[in-house]
Amino acid sequence: MNLINREKVNERLNAFKNTDVYLHMEMTMGAYTSHRDQSVHPASNFIKNVMIKYEHGLLSEGPPYRVGLKLGEGWVYAEGMTHWDETDNERIVIAGNDKDGKLIASLQISKTPF
Amino acid sequence: MNYKKILVVLPHPDDEVFPMSGTLSKLVDKGTHITYVCLTLGEMGRNLGNPPFANRITLPLVRKKELEHSCEIIGIQELRLLGYHDKTIEFEPYGPLDKRLLGIIEEVKPEAIFTFYPGYGVHPDHNACGAAVIRVVQNISKQNRPEVLCTAFPTDNDLGEPEIVNEIGSYLEQKTACLNAHSSQFRIPSKNDDDSTEYDTFMERIKTERFWIYPFK
Repeated sequence: MNLINREKVNERLNAFKNTDVYLHMEMTMGAYTSHRDQSVHPASNFIKNVMIKYEHGLLSEGPPYRVGLKLGEGWVYAEGMTHWDETDNERIVIAGNDKDGKLIASLQISKTPF
Repeated sequence: MNYKKILVVLPHPDDEVFPMSGTLSKLVDKGTHITYVCLTLGEMGRNLGNPPFANRITLPLVRKKELEHSCEIIGIQELRLLGYHDKTIEFEPYGPLDKRLLGIIEEVKPEAIFTFYPGYGVHPDHNACGAAVIRVVQNISKQNRPEVLCTAFPTDNDLGEPEIVNEIGSYLEQKTACLNAHSSQFRIPSKNDDDSTEYDTFMERIKTERFWIYPFK
């Protein structure tokens, strides 16, 4: 994974617009977060291989960066992004890693299922 | 401050309260006509009342009603809801958003526009809202260009002193009524507690409203 290059990510997001694509998106505080500190309220979610089509997609200011995909009737939104895989030419793989390098959020787009 | 007509452009119901409800109330008393353009319904807000009385489904309607009530208290004559989605203003393509704002400015012909200072709004919607207003107003010819008065949260002194500092004095009552109108979002610290420090600090904090005049080139 590489540090996000805003311009390059936006070029890729633009290339996938108005196309049926599979979305993987997640956010996690980690499975052990409340084991370590009981005052923390653990929460996480993920959604995998849901097909979407966006008409406008943008990676906004950062780091950490925000991503917004404008759908016909709705939005995909993610905050906290730091890294992406610039070697992956088939998919867009974006992640938010915390200061220890652990994944805290991710947003991935592909024409084939993950 | 003396205006016949002003435009207020803010992204969320309740954004009017802390930075400008006292100033706006005073303007209305002096005969100013206010059009308030609110971009979203704040549907992604985390505050749902305490204890919660709203949920993700009901929150937009709850906040719309709270906003209407707040506008009534201030005396705002016209409220326009543009129907954008909370947290997404920065992702909206510039073209259609700017065109819509320009249309409203050309129709209302305000002498001044109140909004957030781009880059000093903390919340991305605040910054994107202010930036959109500046983009649009920048392109209006100098002789027709309304003044833009910005509210801001400068981190240090990088914005300099605000050009306008309003002590809202007798309008504090209207301001606290606006706060109470947005009851899903705010709660004024109780005055009756044994220790009223929190209440006093809060009241001290909300009695001054500051504006920076945007320096167009």
